[in-house]
Amino acid sequence: MYGYHGKILHIDLTNRKTWTEEKPESWYKMYIGGVSMASRLAWENIEPGCDPLSPGNPICFANGIFAGTPVPVGAKYGLASKSPLTGWIGDSLSGSWFSVALKRTGWDGIVVHGASDSWVNVFVDDDRVQFRRADKYLGMGTFETEEAIRDDLMDDQVRSATIGPAGEHGVLFANVTNDGRQAGRTGHGAVWGSKKLKALSVRGTQGVRVADSDTLMKISFTAIEAAQGPDTAKYRILGTATNVLNMNNLGLLPTRNYQEGVFEWAEDVSGEYLEEHHKVKKIACAQCPIACEQVSAAKQGLYAGAMTGIEYECLYANGPNCGIRDMNAIIKMIEICDHGGQDAMSSGVTVSWAMESFERGVLKKEDFRCAKYPEGFEANFGNSEAGVTLTEMIRDREGIGALLSLGTRRASAQIDTERGTDSYKWAMNIKGLENPGYDARGLKTFALGLAVGTRGGCHNRTAAYDPDIKGDVDRFSVDETRGAVAKDTEEYAAVYDTLPLCKFIRRSFTGKADRAGAWPAIAALINATTGWDFEYGDVDLIGERAFTIKKAFNIREGWTRSDDVLNYRWHHDPMTKGPSAGHVVSYEELEYMKDLYYEAKGWTKDGLIPKEKLVSLGMDDVADQIGV
Amino acid sequence: MITSTSKYKNITCDPEKCIGCQLCEYICSFKKVGEYNSYRSRIRTVRVDEILITAVACRTCENAPCVTVCTRDALSQDHVTGIIHLDATLCDGCAWCIEACDFGAISINPMTKLAEICDQCEDEEDGPQCVIWCPKDALELTTPDQRAQKARRKLVTDEALR
Repeated sequence: MYGYHGKILHIDLTNRKTWTEEKPESWYKMYIGGVSMASRLAWENIEPGCDPLSPGNPICFANGIFAGTPVPVGAKYGLASKSPLTGWIGDSLSGSWFSVALKRTGWDGIVVHGASDSWVNVFVDDDRVQFRRADKYLGMGTFETEEAIRDDLMDDQVRSATIGPAGEHGVLFANVTNDGRQAGRTGHGAVWGSKKLKALSVRGTQGVRVADSDTLMKISFTAIEAAQGPDTAKYRILGTATNVLNMNNLGLLPTRNYQEGVFEWAEDVSGEYLEEHHKVKKIACAQCPIACEQVSAAKQGLYAGAMTGIEYECLYANGPNCGIRDMNAIIKMIEICDHGGQDAMSSGVTVSWAMESFERGVLKKEDFRCAKYPEGFEANFGNSEAGVTLTEMIRDREGIGALLSLGTRRASAQIDTERGTDSYKWAMNIKGLENPGYDARGLKTFALGLAVGTRGGCHNRTAAYDPDIKGDVDRFSVDETRGAVAKDTEEYAAVYDTLPLCKFIRRSFTGKADRAGAWPAIAALINATTGWDFEYGDVDLIGERAFTIKKAFNIREGWTRSDDVLNYRWHHDPMTKGPSAGHVVSYEELEYMKDLYYEAKGWTKDGLIPKEKLVSLGMDDVADQIGV
Repeated sequence: MITSTSKYKNITCDPEKCIGCQLCEYICSFKKVGEYNSYRSRIRTVRVDEILITAVACRTCENAPCVTVCTRDALSQDHVTGIIHLDATLCDGCAWCIEACDFGAISINPMTKLAEICDQCEDEEDGPQCVIWCPKDALELTTPDQRAQKARRKLVTDEALR
């Protein structure tokens, strides 16, 4: 079998045992890799109904089909567990050298079971597995841990996925970091922390061979050249931070905890400003010819010296969304998140919840006592020192940081119970996952995509903002087309997340990003890698199956139609300024669109999956468990 | 005896342009051994920290130390191109050449246990494949003199535009 090794490594941390599971080619043809295969491994290995922080919740790695080949942006892997933040499937992607090294070990995926009783660094060295003591790495940041392990093992080619202090402390939105990239969302770091797994390291020495190198090299070379042209200019020049002004112009830039969609100092926190004043270097993941990551540094003031890669999502969450205009402070907040190993999106949106709660009198100055400020501090919007301090307090679970480390859903519920308040009304999460940087009150199809998403408030798993923003549909109203649009965009995204290929390459195959533009090249790349005979329709099925296995996981965990909702604010409070002012997503609109969406998916009105639908996708064993 | 300067061409990487993608390693190992494997590449990317990234291949030193130290005369240097050649029938994988190289540009092939070094793809019509594939044009095959000329030209342009 080309492209795969045909085997999955199982590691039991409780008993320090390992075993090999062989998988047939037919299984790989169904689930391919990335989020789909990782979610399938979660489906097969998790104890349904388990506590996400218990030993019964495995960590499931699934590598990418193109990892270790010259296919541009194909070095990515998927990571899945039951999310401690949402209680639903937690699937994330991360990129770069870790996935290349994993490919060369000879394993297609890794499932980590149980929990260790002492801190451990698991080292997968080709086909050998070592359990190394990890006590000396405790308290180290993510980048630092990776370097320390490389130094100890004395090989540059050792790659590690690690957790930082946030994961060690059990921050529910802690993440997993490798090579400066993150499996960022849904709290994988907390799951690792619960297992006392500080890092998983891999070293692979085996070469990667593909079925048809000539074709693979030809398509790859063409795409790499195209990726130096106008189709990726946005990512190459300013990176995703270019979205700050775009979103502000549309009135969709989350500002002061999503109270408004325009930020009066947007210019000061824009990608353009970042490029001019803070840029250090643009870097790439392994196998990537684009290099979108804008490594940026705080150059003056209190936070001078802070440096990390700045993406739009981290930027909106910690900047405008906290009312903060000082780019130096924003870079510092994101650096604390990246090195501490916590999701900079959830972190920023949780800080903004605390700031709004302070401004509304729900939280008081004395609630913000900490070692640095024994009397507490005033956590107003725009107070950059408050933003930085709160981000550190979350990482260390110090003072109110312990409450905030639970995310906005649990933090608001706890405060509201204790104090009789209604701070849930500004807790900006969907299914417990903090929302992305596009205000869905002005993007109605996107609102549907977010509500029905299997992992909650995430812009990566539904691409439904695209037709809204491009104007293919009216972004302020709903109509009978939206169910099919939401289906198409989420399954489109799922194809990329499953191969996985970074979505930034999507226009580089033919100049067009749609299915017709990309699927033939993707099918040809799959075939050149594996020797299979995939066609256009098979590529579509990759996305449908990926979404279906995640949905099936949630159904088995007790999902019902009423779980597909938005946060309170988007349903009730219109924005007052900018081009998206005056709109909410009414419950009627959402329920109407959900009906259309479930119908488009071929599901029941309750959003459950008919047995025959699952059987038609080849998922008979799933049909037996959750089909209706 | 000065060894590490050279009149010969060699492959260099501009760290300002290098993004650390490692495509050069993939292409090199594929051209040389038919598989994608950084451990088999004759050019290696180096990432010292998040922002300090470059790639290293044979510098074609004059009076190359690797050739001098080889106990079995397995290595020789082409006097026209400066390229180091290996006679596989003589090499026994002793790794003295690795000790001698200041640039870490030689490696021992883990399968054959023999030395491997960049040959600038001298058999390829269009030259070094890593240079062709580098998406950011960070790699080039030039002599130190040519690089100096280029630096002087850049200096003049930069100063003229200032």
